[in-house]
Amino acid sequence: MLLIRCPYCEEERPELEFRNAGEAHIARSANIAGESDDDFEKFFFIRSNPKGVIHERWRHMHGCARFFNAVRDTVTDKFIMTYKAGEPKPAKLPGVAK
Amino acid sequence: MSGAFRIPGAGRLKQAKTARFSFDGQAYAGVEGDTLASALLANGVHLVGRSFKYHRPRGFLSAGAEEPNALVQIARDDARKTPNVRATVQELYDGLAAQSQNRWPSLAFDVGAVNDIASPFFSAGFYYKTFMWPKAAWKSLYEPKIRAAAGLGVSPDRPDPDHYAARFAHCDVLVLGGGAAGIAAALAAAETGASVMLADEQAEFGGSLRFETGARIDGQDGFGWAQGAIAKLKAMDNVRVLSRTTAFGYYAQNFVGLVERVSDHLQNPGRELARERLWQVRAKRVVLATGAIERHMVFADNDRPGIMLASAARTYLNHYGVAVGKNVGVYTANDSAYAAAIDLKKAGVNIAAIVDLRDNPTGPVIDEARALGIEINFGRAVVRAGGKFRVTSMTVQPKNGGGERTIPVDAVLMSAGWTPSVHLFSQSRGKVAFNDETKRFVPGTYAQDCVSVGACNGTDGLAATVDEAYAAGAKAAKDAGAKAAKGTKPKVDAGESWSRGMLGAAPGAGPDTTVKAFVDFQNDVTAKDIRQAVHEGMHSIEHVKRFTTNGMATDQGKTSNMHGLAIAAETLGKPIPQVGLTTFRAPYTPVTFGSIVGHARGPLFDPTRRTAIHPWAEAQGAVFEDVGQWKRAWYFPKGGEDMHAAVDRECVGVRKTAGLFDASTLGKIEVVGPDAAKFMELLYTNPWEKLEPGRCRYGIMLREDGFIYDDGVVGRLAPDRFHVTTTTGGAPRVMNHMEDYLQTEFPHLNVWLSSITEQWAVIAVQGPKSRNIIAPLVEGIDMSDEALPHMSVREGKICGVPTRLFRMSFTGERGFEVNVPADYGQAVWEALWAEGQKHGAVAYGTETMHVLRAEKGYIIVGQDTDGTVTPNDAGLDWAVGKKKTDFVGIRGLARPDLVAKGRKQLVGLKTKDTKVVLEEGAQIVADPKQSIPMKMIGHVTSSYWSENCGRSIALALVAGGRDRMGETLYVPMPNGVIEVEVTGMVFFDEKGERLNG
Ligand SMILES: [Zn+2]
Repeated sequence: MLLIRCPYCEEERPELEFRNAGEAHIARSANIAGESDDDFEKFFFIRSNPKGVIHERWRHMHGCARFFNAVRDTVTDKFIMTYKAGEPKPAKLPGVAK
Repeated sequence: MSGAFRIPGAGRLKQAKTARFSFDGQAYAGVEGDTLASALLANGVHLVGRSFKYHRPRGFLSAGAEEPNALVQIARDDARKTPNVRATVQELYDGLAAQSQNRWPSLAFDVGAVNDIASPFFSAGFYYKTFMWPKAAWKSLYEPKIRAAAGLGVSPDRPDPDHYAARFAHCDVLVLGGGAAGIAAALAAAETGASVMLADEQAEFGGSLRFETGARIDGQDGFGWAQGAIAKLKAMDNVRVLSRTTAFGYYAQNFVGLVERVSDHLQNPGRELARERLWQVRAKRVVLATGAIERHMVFADNDRPGIMLASAARTYLNHYGVAVGKNVGVYTANDSAYAAAIDLKKAGVNIAAIVDLRDNPTGPVIDEARALGIEINFGRAVVRAGGKFRVTSMTVQPKNGGGERTIPVDAVLMSAGWTPSVHLFSQSRGKVAFNDETKRFVPGTYAQDCVSVGACNGTDGLAATVDEAYAAGAKAAKDAGAKAAKGTKPKVDAGESWSRGMLGAAPGAGPDTTVKAFVDFQNDVTAKDIRQAVHEGMHSIEHVKRFTTNGMATDQGKTSNMHGLAIAAETLGKPIPQVGLTTFRAPYTPVTFGSIVGHARGPLFDPTRRTAIHPWAEAQGAVFEDVGQWKRAWYFPKGGEDMHAAVDRECVGVRKTAGLFDASTLGKIEVVGPDAAKFMELLYTNPWEKLEPGRCRYGIMLREDGFIYDDGVVGRLAPDRFHVTTTTGGAPRVMNHMEDYLQTEFPHLNVWLSSITEQWAVIAVQGPKSRNIIAPLVEGIDMSDEALPHMSVREGKICGVPTRLFRMSFTGERGFEVNVPADYGQAVWEALWAEGQKHGAVAYGTETMHVLRAEKGYIIVGQDTDGTVTPNDAGLDWAVGKKKTDFVGIRGLARPDLVAKGRKQLVGLKTKDTKVVLEEGAQIVADPKQSIPMKMIGHVTSSYWSENCGRSIALALVAGGRDRMGETLYVPMPNGVIEVEVTGMVFFDEKGERLNG
């Protein structure tokens, strides 16, 4: 069972308290009704599914109930960092060479 | 007397406490502290089981958790039957009753042993090759036969009466393994004040100190030192010591699963003691001190009872005081078997000969053995064993060929060397590295905050082990945040060192293909099988493993993996690391389902939710159905009515007078805030800004893809306050969906969401007399049609308590839904029921609710829709705000597939024979005469007998359904084809006049 740090509670809590909510940083267009089929396809259907670093959303379901973002390595299952919803994608990740 | 093979003065058990037990119905006596294995051996019993595939007689290979052969069934009573218990691990208690497994009719005469003679047919890949054809025979013939023949033991067929405990724990340092290394590490960590847990799978701590008589630490014999150290650790407040506790799984972020066997060793555990306890431990640092496991020699008929690991014979002697034979042979490729021969010889057991595959080894143990007068043969191999139910001889030959000599023996001790137990390290996702010099896999790259010490790390010698472990324990504590240690390191005065050995097949393992030289005893895999697998094209160890099943039995190949790998590598002509080691998976040893399930069974498996009105319904004799976690009143049978009669009566009663229905399980969410209406506009297809406070609207919620996600009536209580209802099952996901959008897509909106499902009890009063029933109890609400029209909501009082009174209908009748605080739910229900009795009202359940809504063509999301249905498909286009520029799903609705012609649309179906009720889920075709497989154009979603309509009614999703009005379609069923006519969805009161009736 993973330990996940909720950026709102500022605490590491067991995975049981959380729900994964899919890939992060996929913004819904302010003019979604006017989007082309291709753009809507990219927004709604296409996900990156990387082997390695993924940015994803989690919800502290059985805690503060907030949605937040996490950076996780899908190979090692290690959480690299978590941050609040609405904050930009971190430019630099702790402990990851790039 | 506790057995003829018990040696007076040997071992550590107190002879005073006798424990009587039985094996296959035969009575025996053992001693308290025995394992079932040591007690049987003390009585001279070696034959304890039949092997899995060939049904060969088998005895004890080991004295520990790695045991592949000695699996027995232990039954305390009819409900407590445990199969596959390792006799080498099961502690003896007075009255223990064990049975051998995998034999019929008896252990000595086993019909299945014909497999041994027929073994050419059972070679590697047997299952894959033999049962391929014909395919149909799998179900009828092969699978049942294989399953019947393949069982190791019999599982109990009654509910488990025992209970299982569970604990979570956190510690600074978790030490796994309680031998010299584990104890030294725990001492070092504990002395710093760090919180420490130490676990060992055995009843007593000490690990290999149980048999290593040469060890001396701090001036004491090794085992005595271990007991003293454990007593010291147990007395410390910061240390938890767990015996009989197996670390079975090492998961992410130093999360380790352990099972503590709490009462399996007790004669009368009593009901208050758990059988086992699951520990889920999160440790800052883990110290792995899991030791090493001795390997057997691979030679012909090496599975005969009486042939065992040298360390096992030594454990039986030095710990349990039991000699495994009277005339013992030794076959070895390393030094550690010499110590066993020396110990046995000193205890008065004859050592027939030591056969050592090595050419001219030297060392103190060899000198000592020679000094004791033991015959030693270097450069020779045991090429076969004699005997069937017990080994009777070993045949010796120079390893490069030559004359044979057969030596009579009643036991053979083997040692091919020691395999570091890297199982938990491997589970932690650490990568092992092959040491070419010592021919073993040891921990290489670590993936987690753990460290391996002692034999599992490939560290040889007791002094080096204690040094390494003590330093690692201190460092682990420091890394976990503790202060520097101020203790003293245990001083090793004398110790033993296990030198290297050999991997793979010995000369007596073939190449002759009829030779059975076992690599994996539990799955009956021989050296020949592994060679054959390579010859047949399996070049990766993962393929060899699956093809031969080597290492895939319940012992997970603890003794066989390295031999199997070496034989495969030799056959391939490749170095071992290139062939690769298979990955170790949890659990390390088998774990009961009980310990994993813990208390989460029966009524505690899942929460049960009951409404405030539940006790009333129960008292009325309602039959309940499960809807999600809820118990809902299904129907209320009166005077011996069956379900059909009760539902017909309820359905008619509601439309004739009135009915009361407990609608409390409906999901309810309060949407509050200055931007509440804006938020509703975005989350529902309907327009909300212009809905006046006090009015209601039927809302549809979509997912972004345009499909219906949920629906429900929404009342606007105030400009900034909406009372939203959802489907019963959909409440949690609708709340999640709303929160998701509010928090992440529309965080600029000033809105608060609260789940109020359990705050309000909801009593639906429906039917022509509904107003007459409610009105006398209501204060402060004008109940006239002008003041309170259909689809409106008012706040006021009923029976003196606050209410949110909705005028709405899910039956098509004049109707109300009375929301009251849940605490008053039953009292208000009873008051309404008393009023209702004056008018002849009925109580109705969910079945009647379903029928009445279907008569009106009202859909149920999740029954008439399935996640691929749009509002248009469901005939609900009117509920989509055409002028809206945004709502969740607006773009999805415009996708080409969703606007294409010919989509499945919701329609009504009337059977030509009015008495026939269609089956929900039945498929619909246009032409019943077409050949199979027919083209299916839709399916029935809802279907009921309607007493009010005097006929059956159904809803269905049909391709292009609304263009087929009046068409005849067909529903093919096993008993014939049913003709149906496509109709509109409303079967009763098409004009909707009864809403105000
Ligand atoms: Zn939180």
